[in-house]
Amino acid sequence: MNGMKAKLAIGAAVALGLMARTDGAQAETLRLLTWGSYAPDKVIQMFEEKYPDINVEVTFSNNEEMIAKLRATGGGGYDLAQPSHDRVYAAQLEYDIYKPLDLSKIDTSVMDENLLSGVKANTTIEGEVYSVPHQWGTSGLMADVTKAPELKSWADLCDPKYKGKTSMRLKRTILLGTAFAMGEDPFAAYSDLDKYQQILDEVAVKLIECKDNIKTYWQGGDDLSNLMLSGEIVASETWDSTAYRLFSENQNIRFIPPETGALAWIDTFTIPRKGEADDAAYKWINFVLQPEIVTMISASSGAIAAVQGGVGLMPDDKRAAVEAAFDDEAIANLKFFANIPPGVEDMEGKTLEKIKAATAN
Amino acid sequence: MEYDLECESVSKRFGSVLAVDSVSCGIPSGSFFSILGPSGCGKTTLMRMIAGFEEPDSGDTRIEGQSVVATPPNRRNVKMVFQHLALFPMMNVGENIAYGLRCRGADKAEIARRIDDVLERINLPGVAHREIHQLSGGQKQRIAIARCMVLEPALLLLDEPLGALDLKLRESMKIELKQLQHRFGTTFVYITHDQSEALVMSDHVAVMRNGKFEQVGSPQELYRHPQTAFVAEFVGDSNQWHGRVAGRDGSEVKVEADDGPPVIGVEGGGQNLAEGAAVRVFVRPEHIRMQPLGAAAEPAPEPGRNGEQGKIDSLLFNGGNSRVLVRTASDRLIEVDLPDADSAAELREGEDVALSWPRARTMCFSSSE
Amino acid sequence: MGSKDARRLFLILLFMPFALWIILLIALPNIGMFILSLQEKVGPRVYTYGIANYVEFVNEPIYWNTLLRTATISLLVTALTLLIGFPVAYYIAKIAKKQSKGALFLLCLIPLWVSDLVRAFGWILLLRETGVVSGALQWLGLIDQPVELLYNDVTVVIGLIYTVILFMIVPLVSTLDGMDDSLVEAGFNLGGGRATVLRRIIIPYAMPGIVAGCIVVFMLTAGSYLTPILLGGKNSMWFTEQIYDQFITRYNWESGATFGVLLLVFTSAVVWLGLRLSGQTLAGTVAKS
Repeated sequence: MNGMKAKLAIGAAVALGLMARTDGAQAETLRLLTWGSYAPDKVIQMFEEKYPDINVEVTFSNNEEMIAKLRATGGGGYDLAQPSHDRVYAAQLEYDIYKPLDLSKIDTSVMDENLLSGVKANTTIEGEVYSVPHQWGTSGLMADVTKAPELKSWADLCDPKYKGKTSMRLKRTILLGTAFAMGEDPFAAYSDLDKYQQILDEVAVKLIECKDNIKTYWQGGDDLSNLMLSGEIVASETWDSTAYRLFSENQNIRFIPPETGALAWIDTFTIPRKGEADDAAYKWINFVLQPEIVTMISASSGAIAAVQGGVGLMPDDKRAAVEAAFDDEAIANLKFFANIPPGVEDMEGKTLEKIKAATAN
Repeated sequence: MEYDLECESVSKRFGSVLAVDSVSCGIPSGSFFSILGPSGCGKTTLMRMIAGFEEPDSGDTRIEGQSVVATPPNRRNVKMVFQHLALFPMMNVGENIAYGLRCRGADKAEIARRIDDVLERINLPGVAHREIHQLSGGQKQRIAIARCMVLEPALLLLDEPLGALDLKLRESMKIELKQLQHRFGTTFVYITHDQSEALVMSDHVAVMRNGKFEQVGSPQELYRHPQTAFVAEFVGDSNQWHGRVAGRDGSEVKVEADDGPPVIGVEGGGQNLAEGAAVRVFVRPEHIRMQPLGAAAEPAPEPGRNGEQGKIDSLLFNGGNSRVLVRTASDRLIEVDLPDADSAAELREGEDVALSWPRARTMCFSSSE
Repeated sequence: MGSKDARRLFLILLFMPFALWIILLIALPNIGMFILSLQEKVGPRVYTYGIANYVEFVNEPIYWNTLLRTATISLLVTALTLLIGFPVAYYIAKIAKKQSKGALFLLCLIPLWVSDLVRAFGWILLLRETGVVSGALQWLGLIDQPVELLYNDVTVVIGLIYTVILFMIVPLVSTLDGMDDSLVEAGFNLGGGRATVLRRIIIPYAMPGIVAGCIVVFMLTAGSYLTPILLGGKNSMWFTEQIYDQFITRYNWESGATFGVLLLVFTSAVVWLGLRLSGQTLAGTVAKS
């Protein structure tokens, strides 16, 4: 029995020794919770070369899953997250999953003034700022201009002319877009939820009528790309980055900002409440805002960095796609997603379910 | 004679193996007929052709005078008791028996009456509601037979159904089967590799070998007058020696044994053995008489008998079937039946004895077949 | 004394993985789900207990319609899987030669070697408007313009059958394998035709395997997620999709948990009903095969 104890003690000592050694090397892990294309391997490699004591681990996700994951752990398990600007405020109020940023540690001077102040305004709770912008982009329409040359409004996806040849993602973007196309301002209605419900009901009627016109609801960038490239559909609601990627394969496929304005989102840097590597997180933020890194990430994501001259820093093909899609007027007409107040997700979710469950015609 | 089953030049080939080779036979109505042979002799294939599970390559099978070659198995008036009985485990006894009647479209009252009736006849009244797994081995046997007999077939095939039973039960089931056959008066065709089952129960036995019937006859005929060495060897026990024909005298042949003194015997199966031909000699243990030699001088061999001397090697006590193994001067072992169990007590191992047996019971067959 | 202790320790160690598995991975999460389903949200970060989530489910036709739809299609898939799987299993167990049995079994296993997602994409490649089947039909001249075979319930049913059929075949093969051929021959010998032998002998004999296969297939189908969503198109709501939406898109964990509990209860009830109707027991079917 004594022998046993001695062995255990030795084992424990060895284990502690090993742990102490890794500690001694001061290796720190930065656990990123971000979007599929926001942390290319090359960038991680460069970052780890610059900060050899930081080890980057990446988990790819989307807005909903990011919040679900952080909610499950009370804001633990990750050191830096990248939710969209409209998803920070309510999630923080409801679930307390983020912590305020120390802006002095971020070089905000390189950021685009408008985007920075917009995001700050969106994510300030009790005087504390929770997010700064990283990349932005839009949701809008995409069309093969040889087959659907006149597409310009969200409502055109429901034009019988394109029956069976259009697609959309059955998520909140199309609800908002359709509302705008009907002449409503859904963001303004956020403050009056009864009014918003009324808008949603009208939108639902429109989209249920439209079901027959839709080939299918796309689920992700890959199946949307396949549908579009194969010619099975000629127009769709889309993320701009997907459209830009397709533009480089087929110049006829263009991103089209709807006449009521493309819906703009800004993905942010936000630190989870139980994040354990804040310093490394700040280092990452400042690192990826450097011009040459911005270009690399834009190349991979197709989104525009929220730095001054962000469009100019895009790689040539992506910049060409953006310039083909947006003129100054379209840029001025952008509708930034407004903060989602508590309760709206439920209302929107029910509307989406109603549309999905309804049988066309 | 009226035949319930006739086979005419029936053959069946599996790949390169000729399983049944032009078998012809007629089985008289109401008889108990056994097909006896070692495994692989083709008896199962023959039976499956009778039942309709295999199609003969050539030849004709007639049941009650009608050719059934083109008749599917479920339309033949031939029922079968399978080796493992094949009672349906998900049905109880009554349902098992009712199955065939329901297939025929009998009505409920009729079915109930027939079930009671057949259970009565197999001496298992009132078990209709038992589950199959609640029955003993012997009861299962009888239910399997009842399931067939309730359909009043022209012919009942039995595929070694006693194989799975223990010895005691097997002995009593042999008698029971024979009695059942008498009671029902149906023709039974019984397949077995166990010669004692065949001999005890049958009116007629066909010994089968390599796809052919070697000999067909009553059990007595097979036993007393085997036509071939194979039958002599397969049916009943024998002492067996090899040798060569050294000469002949009328119906008797003189055989120089390979490892013992010469014997004189008779030709089995109407053969005509040439001088110098290799032969096998068979002598049944019960035909050998044994006498203690004692101090007396060697007794002169009686006329018409072969004789040899030896020592008792061992006693094989088995009640009424006790035997003695005698080692002869030429170092062969000869099995001898004891006339009764009591005489075993008087014998000692190592005792000198004289053996003798009639020439007429010394059967010689050519060993070339 | 020492050996007795050692034996006890051995038994405890042997039992441990099973106990841990049941408690940590089955019991606790389900209890947790159930408790969560009884929470009602009053305001941000404020909850009380109550059955409001269940009331909400009952009052919203979309929810229970989706559940009924999921159950109906799952039952249809189960029935069709049995219909297709039974002959396959019978062939493997009774007709195929010993040597080819393993190969045939393996062939049925192949779909399981790739993930759900890949399988669904396989179907998409085949069935889409510009896909292989449509192209082949045009090439053969059977149709004169591309045809869309995806995005409808028939495709979902086919995709689900393809995904789950192995779970029907395996228990069927193992029960049919245990059936003595002479039972079938006896069935014929006693005067039964093919239909009678199938109905009165083979099917009753295979019943435990049939029920086991049906239970597993039904549960897998009702709980599947990727196949109905990727192949289903615009009208095909699946109950698991509702659960996902509640948890992930709408942050409504309470409602998601309620749906989870309801799916479990509902499918269990269907299985119980099926067992009652077929006169089988759980121990006699799933546990056996």
